[in-house]
Amino acid sequence: MDWISPRALNRLGMLNMNRRNVDYIARYNERSSYPLVDNKLKTKLAVAEYDVKTPKLLQVVKQQHEISRFREIAEGLAGFAIKPAKGSGGKGITVITGRDGDSFVKASGARVGASVLERHLTNILAGLYSLAGTPDVAIVEDLVESAPSLARYSHQGVPDIRIIVFQGYPVMAMLRLATTDSDGKANLHQGAVGVGLDLCTGKSLNAVQFNRPIKLHPDTGLPLENIQIEAWDEMLEMASRCFEATGLGYMGVDLVVDAQHGPQLLELNARPGLAIQMANGRGLLPRLRAVERLKRPHFTPRERANYAMKNFASL
Amino acid sequence: MTSPSRLPFYIAVFLLITAGISLAIWRNVELGIPWLTGEQHPVWMVEARVDFNGSNQPIVASLNVPEHPPGFRILTEQAASPGYGFSIIDKAGSRRAEWTKREVAGPQTLYFKAQFIPDPGAEQTPPAQPPRTRRLFWEEPQATAVREILAQAEARSSTPESMTRELIRLMQPDTRVQNTTLLVSEDNYLQLLVDMLNHSGIPARTADGLKLEDARRRQQLTPFLQIYNGEKWLTLNPKTAAQGIPEDLLLWRQGSESLLDVVGGDNSEVSFSILRQTIPALQLSAMQSDGNGLGFLSFYELPIEEQSMFRMLLLLPLGALVVAFMRIVIGIRTSGTFMPVLIAVAFVQTTLVPGLVAFLSVVAIGLAMRGYLSSLNLLLVSRISALIILVIFITAGLSIFGYQMGFNTGMTVTFFPMVIIAWTIERMSILWEEEGGQEVLVQGSGSLFVAICAYLLMSAPLAGHLTFNFPELHFSILGLILLMGQYTGYKLSELRRFTPMKVYD
Repeated sequence: MDWISPRALNRLGMLNMNRRNVDYIARYNERSSYPLVDNKLKTKLAVAEYDVKTPKLLQVVKQQHEISRFREIAEGLAGFAIKPAKGSGGKGITVITGRDGDSFVKASGARVGASVLERHLTNILAGLYSLAGTPDVAIVEDLVESAPSLARYSHQGVPDIRIIVFQGYPVMAMLRLATTDSDGKANLHQGAVGVGLDLCTGKSLNAVQFNRPIKLHPDTGLPLENIQIEAWDEMLEMASRCFEATGLGYMGVDLVVDAQHGPQLLELNARPGLAIQMANGRGLLPRLRAVERLKRPHFTPRERANYAMKNFASL
Repeated sequence: MTSPSRLPFYIAVFLLITAGISLAIWRNVELGIPWLTGEQHPVWMVEARVDFNGSNQPIVASLNVPEHPPGFRILTEQAASPGYGFSIIDKAGSRRAEWTKREVAGPQTLYFKAQFIPDPGAEQTPPAQPPRTRRLFWEEPQATAVREILAQAEARSSTPESMTRELIRLMQPDTRVQNTTLLVSEDNYLQLLVDMLNHSGIPARTADGLKLEDARRRQQLTPFLQIYNGEKWLTLNPKTAAQGIPEDLLLWRQGSESLLDVVGGDNSEVSFSILRQTIPALQLSAMQSDGNGLGFLSFYELPIEEQSMFRMLLLLPLGALVVAFMRIVIGIRTSGTFMPVLIAVAFVQTTLVPGLVAFLSVVAIGLAMRGYLSSLNLLLVSRISALIILVIFITAGLSIFGYQMGFNTGMTVTFFPMVIIAWTIERMSILWEEEGGQEVLVQGSGSLFVAICAYLLMSAPLAGHLTFNFPELHFSILGLILLMGQYTGYKLSELRRFTPMKVYD
């Protein structure tokens, strides 16, 4: 058994679960704003007013009888994603990348018939994937086509970028790459690779999988050093804008880089995980406290992103 | 980073915790509710036996019984006397047990039993109005003798107490002078003393005491002298003039004129048997609580059925405390926040090993069946509903199977909350599909571990005793849980989780 002493953790400024819940989530996140992030449909609508782009909404399935319409819409589509509006942790998301005759091709390469997708929609409506098992709605979105420069690092799935935004300041970021262990999902605790990103440049720092440092992607074998995220300052500003859209003081912003449309918001998270610290090899606390100490906060997302790029990389 | 707004919170928590503890201490002191389960208290069981001969007449037998004996409290009273009417009559400062019967012939025996608890704090209540003295008319030459002795004693004393002491000393055989010899005879000594004190203006009376010794039979009462010093009655030994009541002495009769009156019978006598018993301190305080003003704070007055329900309910906060500690400070992952507590409650009823076996088999069989259900692609509500019915089938099956095989423990399965088990199975099954078997194992064993810890705490006799008899301790538990809700330090599990950070330190 290997242990790290609490004092060492304090020196590193590691944010822990209890402190995150009490000092940050409970203090800075209005309970009333939660539905905004727990429901992807509401998120989409809320951030749209603040110029944050999201994948194009194709259909919202709210009632069982609307499922029949889904088949008509799906006929004309090459790729799309079905998501439960209140799902969390990537549960219940089905990505269709193309067609093969009458059947649909899933991201994993499996082929499924339309009836399987309809049953999936039924399950979503019944609340199978929603947080508390409450009835849900399903949203059908345009497929995100990841920019090839990033997509090659990921095994299946779309690599996404998680940015922790505190009081509108981006404080830490990481790139999440799906693996076979994570079954194409980008959740670190399911086995995805987390790559810490330098807040100033958007360059990769360290990489971890299952909390262990790694150098190469376990599936693709590509080195995880020297990854460069493009349009980095634009992404930080976009993440920062989500603060105005939701009012949540402490949140995780998940972005993707679409090959055609550039950075897009995938979802927001009011309870972002702590593993991002391990991917960065840095604790969150020094940066969070720096923001809390600010006497005159910056008013525009641009200023906040600039401040973060200038100051936090060294903290 | 404590902001000032948290100070009231900490004060409130502090108040809660101290309120709980101090209320418990107060009740321990006031009501005598013991801290530990096995505590025993001595109790004196005194049995008065009244014998007389009936002579074919209606009979009234009236025995003086103690009212507020100094140094003791009366716990129970009962009379055993078949065929007699019985009642206890309170009348003008004396309490009498009265037996009545229309036709009585031949030797009769009546019993009166009472239990006394030694209580050094028990004082007799002072009389509402000061007693008056009775002046006797003395014939000569006694009158002169009395006057001279009283004058002699009065000259050497200053207070009623010292006056009485001097008088007793003067009346003793070794100090007797002619005057006293004239007055004192064998059997009138005490009455004479009382009369002389009354004559001198000090209210005095006789009392009867019973020396308490274990396993004595046929004991008689010893006479004592009581004088009134202006505030309260003082008890003195009429021979030695020693003031006060010995610890092992129970004043059976004070104030009333006679110990036993039997109308319609003859040859009456009363004798006493004494037995020292011990009863659990808890039972004692429960018996006393009805009469006490603080009794309403406890559960003893509820019907037994509700009491046993509360016994269970009051254990729940302990379980919640364990869960809070395990999750917040240790960082053990459980499936369902309070599922472990409910499982622990079931364990309390089934005992650990049979409960564990039953629980694991129900969940295992349920998981296997749930596998089939998930392939049916049912809607959530009907899937859970189906699962609940399946769980009931499984428990019924296990019970019947166990019973046929001769294991009565199979029946204990029914103590588990069906709906909770169904949800546990559902959650485990989803967890299995989404995160794999390892996570099921981690969360499942975490839940069981917490449940077992909660069970061990809840099934400790002391825990049951304290939570039920000192329900105010739950304030303290509440305070602790609130305090834990403010714990922002590292969980034990995080010290392990963040280990790879060592390289950056």
